[in-house]
Amino acid sequence: MRPSPRRLLNILVPVKRAVDYSVKIRVNPAQTGVDTNVKHSMNPFDEIAVEESIRIRERSLSSSPSSPPSSPNPVTITALTIGPPKALDVLRTALAVGADSGVHIAIGEKEAMPEPLGVAKSIKAWIEKQNEKAGGKEGRVDCVILGKQAIDDDSGVTGQMLAGLLGWSQATFASKVEVDEARGEVTVTREIDGGGMQVRCRLPVVITTDLRLNEPRYASLPNIMKAKKKPVEKLTPADLGVDFTPQLEVLKVTEPPKRVGGGKVESVEELVAKLKEAGITAA
Amino acid sequence: MRRSKPALLPARLLFKRSIRTSAPRWNQPFDPKSIERAEDEVDVCIVGGGPAGLSAAIRLKQLEREKGNEIRVVVLEKGSEAGSHILSGAVIEPRALDELLPEWRTMEEHPLRQPATSSKMLFMTEKMTFPMPHPPQMSNKGNYIVSLSQYARWLANVAENEYGVEIYPGFAGAQLLLSEAPDAKDAWGNDVRSVRGVITNEVGLTKDFRMKSSFEPGMAFRSKVTLLAEGAHGSLSKQAIQMYDLRKESEPQTYAIGLKEVWRVDPSEYKPGLVQHLVGWPLSSDTYGGGWVYHMNDGLVSLGLVIALDYKNPYLSPYRELQRMKHHPFFRRLLKDGERIGYGARSLTEGGFQSIPKLNFPGGALLGCSAGVVNIAKIKGTHNAMKTGMLAAEAAYEAIHEESEDAPATDMSGYDKAFHESWVRDDLYEVRNLRPSFGTKLGIWGGMAYSGVDTLFLKGRVPWTFKHHRPSHGPDKTSSLDSSFTEKADLHTPINYPPFEAPLSTDLMTSVALTGTNHAEDQPVHLRVVKTKDFVKGIEESQNFAVGAGVNALKAEAEIDAVAEDEVEAERKRRIEHVKVNVGEYAGLLQRACPAGVYEYIDVEGSGNTPEGDAWQGKKLVINSQNCIHCKLCDIKVPTQDITWTVPEGSGGPKYTLT
Repeated sequence: MRPSPRRLLNILVPVKRAVDYSVKIRVNPAQTGVDTNVKHSMNPFDEIAVEESIRIRERSLSSSPSSPPSSPNPVTITALTIGPPKALDVLRTALAVGADSGVHIAIGEKEAMPEPLGVAKSIKAWIEKQNEKAGGKEGRVDCVILGKQAIDDDSGVTGQMLAGLLGWSQATFASKVEVDEARGEVTVTREIDGGGMQVRCRLPVVITTDLRLNEPRYASLPNIMKAKKKPVEKLTPADLGVDFTPQLEVLKVTEPPKRVGGGKVESVEELVAKLKEAGITAA
Repeated sequence: MRRSKPALLPARLLFKRSIRTSAPRWNQPFDPKSIERAEDEVDVCIVGGGPAGLSAAIRLKQLEREKGNEIRVVVLEKGSEAGSHILSGAVIEPRALDELLPEWRTMEEHPLRQPATSSKMLFMTEKMTFPMPHPPQMSNKGNYIVSLSQYARWLANVAENEYGVEIYPGFAGAQLLLSEAPDAKDAWGNDVRSVRGVITNEVGLTKDFRMKSSFEPGMAFRSKVTLLAEGAHGSLSKQAIQMYDLRKESEPQTYAIGLKEVWRVDPSEYKPGLVQHLVGWPLSSDTYGGGWVYHMNDGLVSLGLVIALDYKNPYLSPYRELQRMKHHPFFRRLLKDGERIGYGARSLTEGGFQSIPKLNFPGGALLGCSAGVVNIAKIKGTHNAMKTGMLAAEAAYEAIHEESEDAPATDMSGYDKAFHESWVRDDLYEVRNLRPSFGTKLGIWGGMAYSGVDTLFLKGRVPWTFKHHRPSHGPDKTSSLDSSFTEKADLHTPINYPPFEAPLSTDLMTSVALTGTNHAEDQPVHLRVVKTKDFVKGIEESQNFAVGAGVNALKAEAEIDAVAEDEVEAERKRRIEHVKVNVGEYAGLLQRACPAGVYEYIDVEGSGNTPEGDAWQGKKLVINSQNCIHCKLCDIKVPTQDITWTVPEGSGGPKYTLT
């Protein structure tokens, strides 16, 4: 019996359209948030997540000699985003660097972006829908790779919440990811304060990326043009049965207090006197 | 032979076709002869996603709808999105917009929300202001105060979503794609190679011209018509003008630099729709320029200073002039309790009618400010730029034939003809004598006197057309006229600018941070220290892509025999000569003039020379190209005329949203 081409992994990469990292942000006049009338682009940690999923695919292609060159891609990558119509640009960027298809959960132009819990619930709902459609093993989502945090709200909790809701293993702050598809396991090196920590997780798994995982590639112009033809599924939060009503109320957003200048001292005695003034005494 | 990495794959896989496309290129020098470019064919390729380029794109698609022949239009924009590199006052005359999109008032999200309600001119002394009469052309009835950056963003949205124009932000037009052999005649009857398209920038080169693992060659767009809409002093426009001698029968272009800030002012000072123009202090009477204050929508005020680049004193710092202008009591009052939310700068054209070059060349044309259509009496150019876009689109649509490969280059002379029969030409003709009238020894007084008479009574209906003033030693055709007016530093004294008073006025780096400018690290320096004619020769004839990018880059190219060894020495000599003249005779003008702090002439540490050997008397040139805000002042004003501005990797540069 001819062995069927092995399906290795089905990876979901949620990406967020966030304020561009090089923009100088300001608090909006109403003090309810940051002025969003500025350049947006894909969250840098999400770029790293997309890049990692593509590298997993490249690695698996170069090390599986038994699959004939004409068989379908054993690793499928789906990019997903939640946002207003403009968020489609970010999805197209993910498609241009190598994702196979996209999912756009559309919210209105003026609506507030969902909170992390809402995001996690949407991703869970989509995964469950996808797994239902797939039935058996083929088409089930095995792996979700997210950025560790978004640079505009710095929450850093979506990946963890998602893993909790799904009951999957999680490996956060990844700086190295190795996939062993034969065993159905993933070995991840996590960045922690003390250095690196290795964990081995059984699939399915949620991974969040840290900065040192990889350096994302550029989307070349020919690929951007090809990406326009890749399929994008459009959904609304209602289709997934998720409600984005905010659970948190933002009371006030202000800039950090302006840094007050220091002073120069002329002698050691003066320094000691100033330290004493500040209430710092010898132990 | 090129060194290759040792094989990492097991032996049995060496014979399998590798699916990955990245060859073992790590750190090899860039070899222009061996790159394969992806190619695509379009009907019209437009370089520049500003008002002119986008109007041309929209008009082409409108013609497609009216007449039925499909036409593929691609717009290349070097900014990260349309509008991110655009900066202007701006008060715009909706005349062209009414022709292009008559229904614009009903379109949602259009940015013309603040009509101009008044128009005033003020004369400033150090402490006071006096109202002045202004030329009737400056009256603003029916005009709107907008952020041109937002305007371009909106137009791009309309072009893409309503008309199906393909817009690719983040990709710069880096080179003109020319025909293999001369196959066309220019306007003067010479045999020349025609323009067959545009090549985008290479991506993934290090500073020393070696290829990173992310290297991708630029893509080539083969187009029947190439429209250059790069704004004032565009990089490809400059090359086209030189290659096709487009200025043979016109005056050289003259320029000014505009520095701008956007403030949110205290509501008590906010007067929506107010338009004020200022002359006098802080500029001296032999320097042409002036300030402006426009009250935009939503409590925002646009203010700034325009200084003509033919200023003589190399110690003048446009940035410091703007900052000290804000110390005037008029501005202190306006900006008290305000918050500065934007800063930027960009050159603009001032040459007007006399400086319009031949607008078409075999295979393409110049649009908007790349041609130079600012009306300096009205201080407006957007309406003219948009109209040139529309005229070019109409001519292109007519001229394009269906066959490709062997067809002759598209003849865009219909556009040049249409321009001279349009209201753009009349608009510029009326005010053609005003700017030159400021170039006499009477300085601004002579200018104001003549301009008063001309704008009020004569309205340009005179038989004479003044030429732009010339210095005692005329520049050659490829150099900028403005740079040749700069006098040596020993004829002037340094200007004593007042210290900064934050938050009203700040140091340069604080302002540059507000532009959001950034360029990916470790890429070739895009500001090439080489005269433009040598740059073009280098690229076209000797395939020397690294010319002007520094001694190390040339060394890398010489390593793989992409260039001859003596090019390295030539590069070193160019650098030394640049530092010698600029520091020795002009007190390091660029260090003072650049509105983003890109250029520095600093002492070499230790003894004598740099590792590259390109210092002069202990001084070397440092180019902080990451700060560049793409204003083009350096290319225009450097006294040695040896800075050629080229495009960096796409998406770099400022991220203007409100300017």
